[in-house]
Amino acid sequence: MSKAFKELGLEATPLAGAMPAFCASVPAAELRGLCEQARARKARLVALWGSDETERRAGYALHLALGFPSGLLWASVPLSREDPHYPGIADIYPSANRMQRATADLLGILPSADADRRKWLRHGAWPEGVFPLRKSVESAARFAPGPDNYPFVRVEGEGVHEIPVGPVHAGTIEPGHFRFSIVGEKILRLEERLGYKHKGIEKRFEQMTLEQGAKLAGRVSGDSTVAYAWAYAMAVEGATGTEPPRRALALRGILLELERIANHLGDLGYLGNDVSLSFGFFQFWRLKEDLLRTHAQLFGHRYLMDAIVPGGVTRDLPRAAGESLTAHLERIEREVATLKSIYDEHAGAQDRFIMTGQVTPELAERMGLTGLAARASGIARDLRVDYPIPPWQQFDPRTASHTRGDVAARVAVRFDEVFESMRLVQALVQKLPPGDIRAPVAAAAAGARGLGWIEGWRGEVLIALETAGSNRIHRLHPHDPSWQNWPLLEHAVHGNIVPDFPLINKSFNLSYSGTDL
Amino acid sequence: MYQILKQIVKTGIVTEPAPLPDAALRALEQRLGQVILGHFGRALAIRHVDAGSCNGCELEIHAMNSPFYNLEGLGIKFVASPRHADMLLVTGPVSRNMETALRRAWEATPDPKLVVAIGDCGCTGGIFGESYASCGRVSNVIPVDVAVPGCPPTPVAILQGILTAITPGRR
Repeated sequence: MSKAFKELGLEATPLAGAMPAFCASVPAAELRGLCEQARARKARLVALWGSDETERRAGYALHLALGFPSGLLWASVPLSREDPHYPGIADIYPSANRMQRATADLLGILPSADADRRKWLRHGAWPEGVFPLRKSVESAARFAPGPDNYPFVRVEGEGVHEIPVGPVHAGTIEPGHFRFSIVGEKILRLEERLGYKHKGIEKRFEQMTLEQGAKLAGRVSGDSTVAYAWAYAMAVEGATGTEPPRRALALRGILLELERIANHLGDLGYLGNDVSLSFGFFQFWRLKEDLLRTHAQLFGHRYLMDAIVPGGVTRDLPRAAGESLTAHLERIEREVATLKSIYDEHAGAQDRFIMTGQVTPELAERMGLTGLAARASGIARDLRVDYPIPPWQQFDPRTASHTRGDVAARVAVRFDEVFESMRLVQALVQKLPPGDIRAPVAAAAAGARGLGWIEGWRGEVLIALETAGSNRIHRLHPHDPSWQNWPLLEHAVHGNIVPDFPLINKSFNLSYSGTDL
Repeated sequence: MYQILKQIVKTGIVTEPAPLPDAALRALEQRLGQVILGHFGRALAIRHVDAGSCNGCELEIHAMNSPFYNLEGLGIKFVASPRHADMLLVTGPVSRNMETALRRAWEATPDPKLVVAIGDCGCTGGIFGESYASCGRVSNVIPVDVAVPGCPPTPVAILQGILTAITPGRR
């Protein structure tokens, strides 16, 4: 276990909690060496964020979460108060680029001068030189709005022109800006500009108690509310030494898989819609609506919000309700099987799906693609399989895996995962352990750390927590897998035609709110 | 094709009756006359603007397009530009990074226009509140006719809000 970290020359201490995790302090001068060795050992960058430690008689800190086969390494790099900078790592882990820029915008922690230092989350809402996540900045602070002036990369040449899209889009989609450089109808380059939804979530957490934070965690990205709420609960339970009852863990497993099924059903409908198969849209959204109503009936909320809390869950699933849930899923499963055969045999749909928006396995590996999109590009990784903690252990979840990395592969992964999640829910319901559904949460010591790491429907969701005194939050970083996957969308559209962009975008279905924070 | 037709016939019609308007949702008195409302009632064009939500309200707006609610049967459709819209359906606390975009979308919508704010955040700022990054509720930025609470409000509640906005009546 920590032997792997010894080889890296690290004194890693195990971190209490459900997932295997370790903490280590790394001097800034050794950061790049660590990342190079980690990369060579096939560890991936899960998240990068910063923190203000000036109220604790220190400076600032940069934090990295690296996913090793033996568990998660939370590496902290102490930085000085006067000049908090570090050597950038985006050449080793390309997905670090936007995370480094966001950290610079919020905390003034800068990568070295050779790194990409363009702003990311800061538009015009606060001026250059102000860092809102520093403890010295009041949450209620107001700044006069200024111009954004973002330096987009300009593509030049004969026949090249630009199409700017957004932030307000043509459909019911979250806001973001896409700048296409095109020749004829082919996309030469896409540049994303996100951050429009930045609403100060991380600052808000620091005004909350551990109990209050659960509700906010469930609203970092509403479509993944179960994954976030579970990750948050896991982090709090780790930091406070709370052991949730086994029945609660099984119920959390049911909730997580229901969330996965509901989202995949909706996406499969929209993917049909985007290739003019509106039959598919109406059929899948009928099934999704049916499932949402069942959620409301059994768990009190259509999207299962606030069902998971630190210590356990808020609603039990009595035997009769469990039986009606499995019977309902069996009905949906039969219909999804019929719809799958219709999608598979629909020449028009397949013609649009196949070889559209491709991310090759090599590109996916190099850039750090994650989650369901990675499983469509040959990276068969899934936290439920790789670290089979309860409740997964005894049910042996199967990872979906396809290699072509196109829209068709991402459709196929969704179908596979719908069927597998249905199997898991049915198995979990059948073997639901008896007992309590909620344990009391102990008080947290100041400076306690906790990690939550959950395979949500989109990919791995991470919550890194450090407590302050009186059960409050010193720093909490919620990390959405969309951070890793947004940059790959820029690659996936190369050489495709502009009208296929909505289809390609939908096949990833990434979160704006989850990364804008 | 046979499979598709068979599935359609087997499914039948799942649409449910629409909810009645609820004057309690009004944030402002009805400003539009009977004649204009009569036109809207049969052909209402809506532009959705997400001004900073967690995307939960978007899930329910999508769900409202499912066959259970048959929006187009009620004469309601979503359009691709505020210039084509009679109504803006706005979600989220308004993030400061979206403030200008929301204001511009509102200015681009031709008069007479209606605004319906969706969700607890749209109504009050919700859990995100007001901060260095958030302007809070929608009416802090543009005038709101009807506000629909809920986290997120159900498709029936959203539909009720929309129908309230196009119905004559007092608060």
